Amino acid sequence: MSITIEGVEKRFGTFEALKGVSVAVPNGSLTALLGPSGSGKSTLLRVIAGLEEPDAGRVVIAGQDATKVTPQKRGVGFVFQHYAAFKHMTVEKNVGFGLKIRKKPKEQIAAKVDELLELVHLKGFAHRYPSELSGGQRQRMALARALAVEPEVLLLDEPFGALDATVRKELRTWLRRLHEDVHVTTIFVTHDQEEAMDVAQQIVVMNDGLIEQVGSPRDLYENPANPFVMGFVGEVNRVGDNLVRPHDIEILLEPDGTAQEGQIERVAHLGFEVRVELVLDDGRQLSVQTTRQDAEERELEAGQIVYVRPDRERKFSAA
Amino acid sequence: MRGNRLQRYGLRFVALGYLAALLLVPVVIIFVRTFEDGLGPPIDAITSPDGQHAFWLTLTCVLIAVPLNTIFGVVAALVLVRQKFRGKAILNTIIDLPFAISPVVIGLSLLLVYGINGWFGDDLADAGIRVIFSTPGMVLATIFVSLPFVVRETMPVLQEIGTEQEQAASTLGASGWQTFWRITLPAIRWGVAYGVVLATARALGEFGAVSVVAGRISGETETLPLFVEKQFSNFDLAGAYAAAILLAVMALVVLFSMNLLRRKEREA
Repeated sequence: MSITIEGVEKRFGTFEALKGVSVAVPNGSLTALLGPSGSGKSTLLRVIAGLEEPDAGRVVIAGQDATKVTPQKRGVGFVFQHYAAFKHMTVEKNVGFGLKIRKKPKEQIAAKVDELLELVHLKGFAHRYPSELSGGQRQRMALARALAVEPEVLLLDEPFGALDATVRKELRTWLRRLHEDVHVTTIFVTHDQEEAMDVAQQIVVMNDGLIEQVGSPRDLYENPANPFVMGFVGEVNRVGDNLVRPHDIEILLEPDGTAQEGQIERVAHLGFEVRVELVLDDGRQLSVQTTRQDAEERELEAGQIVYVRPDRERKFSAA
Repeated sequence: MRGNRLQRYGLRFVALGYLAALLLVPVVIIFVRTFEDGLGPPIDAITSPDGQHAFWLTLTCVLIAVPLNTIFGVVAALVLVRQKFRGKAILNTIIDLPFAISPVVIGLSLLLVYGINGWFGDDLADAGIRVIFSTPGMVLATIFVSLPFVVRETMPVLQEIGTEQEQAASTLGASGWQTFWRITLPAIRWGVAYGVVLATARALGEFGAVSVVAGRISGETETLPLFVEKQFSNFDLAGAYAAAILLAVMALVVLFSMNLLRRKEREA
């Protein structure tokens, strides 16, 4: 189901969490709400779920105004950062909770729970308690629980935030595949730009209670609307008034008249990539990304004097 | 290593020695004294009409006061933990009043409210309801002294579980009522149970407040603690000890059931 947010505002005491947010989420899409902490992304997600009531504005789900609809009747599945597992229930009972509330027949619940546990790879864990599961398993259980009631919209609030890096990467690949299978309109909140770029089809970049830009991952990276977006979706160097990505800077071994002189401070090998940290002759720091092959061929090393030239600088009128 | 060991045994000695000297020895002596002259006298004492009446009256007070305080306690804990309102700090303090005020003062204050010439006393008397020197007054006194336990034991547990599980339940389609019974209550059940056990123990043993409002008519307004005291003043030591043992056993049953609950919790 498509979701439309129109001019939503929300304040907590004196803190303005959302300052008039409007965005459309197409039916069946996988959208990320990306932003630093305090940007309002979680609040927006909770407003969509009905867990927070907006002070102004509307939430429209599938063409129906849902602003005043309780979460109970909203038909959304919600996955919490810290799983919100029902600790006194087994995995099976957790997943079947929504169906039991709907008074579905026992056999039907059992069949659905079975199917979902298969889907989230928790088949052998039906009779365990949440305390006997790892973080990643608990989160998959929470996801199965949300999917059990066949929601029109699936909302995930920093779903992988509490997990360690390896599990996080695994789960995000898995979420993307799941979305391909289930095709439910999905919105997830993250502060990790790499996670957003990896998983989402559409990214909504938020900052300070407002939306900065909406676009595909590539779009945001190639054509950021402002310095904030450019800085948030990837690394940047500031060169004068301009911003430039570390991989858009060329390192020359000889001066060519336009390139600026600098000294290499450190060469960090990050696998395929090499990050070269420089201090320019005017004292400013610069980070340059290049390939391992390039760094090896030209024998870049700390202490060396080189000349740098930005390839693709960007100037923002506001900056 | 040896220092540590010495320290460990030292601490254990202090803890156990304190318990033995101040709690265990008096209780054991009561047991010994009660059965000094065989089983006859103590059994006679508690099977006497007054003794039996005292037992049932005590049970009545407990069975009314504790369920009421349990329901109120859970509701009050929910309100105090989950809601923001003016006067919350005051409510929070008032709940502790029964801990702070001497039971005798509680009894006297009930006299002032419900007694003859009290606030409601005359109206109630006109309606044919007698509170003071009768069972309702004793139940009220019992409720008063055992009120804070369930609230105080439930609040920290509610705080700890937070609201996420409840929110998850609501997004899964549960109503507020369903969420309370299926999610909140099971999550706080051990806190509530512990509060119930403590409240029961307190209600069983209450002497001061009940004594003031009871008027102490034998066979009518005499609970077990009052019965014990009366037998003791009348030099019927066997009767006093026997009733004291009965009270102790009732309290011990409650205490042991609490420990059983705790063990069950640890296993779960």
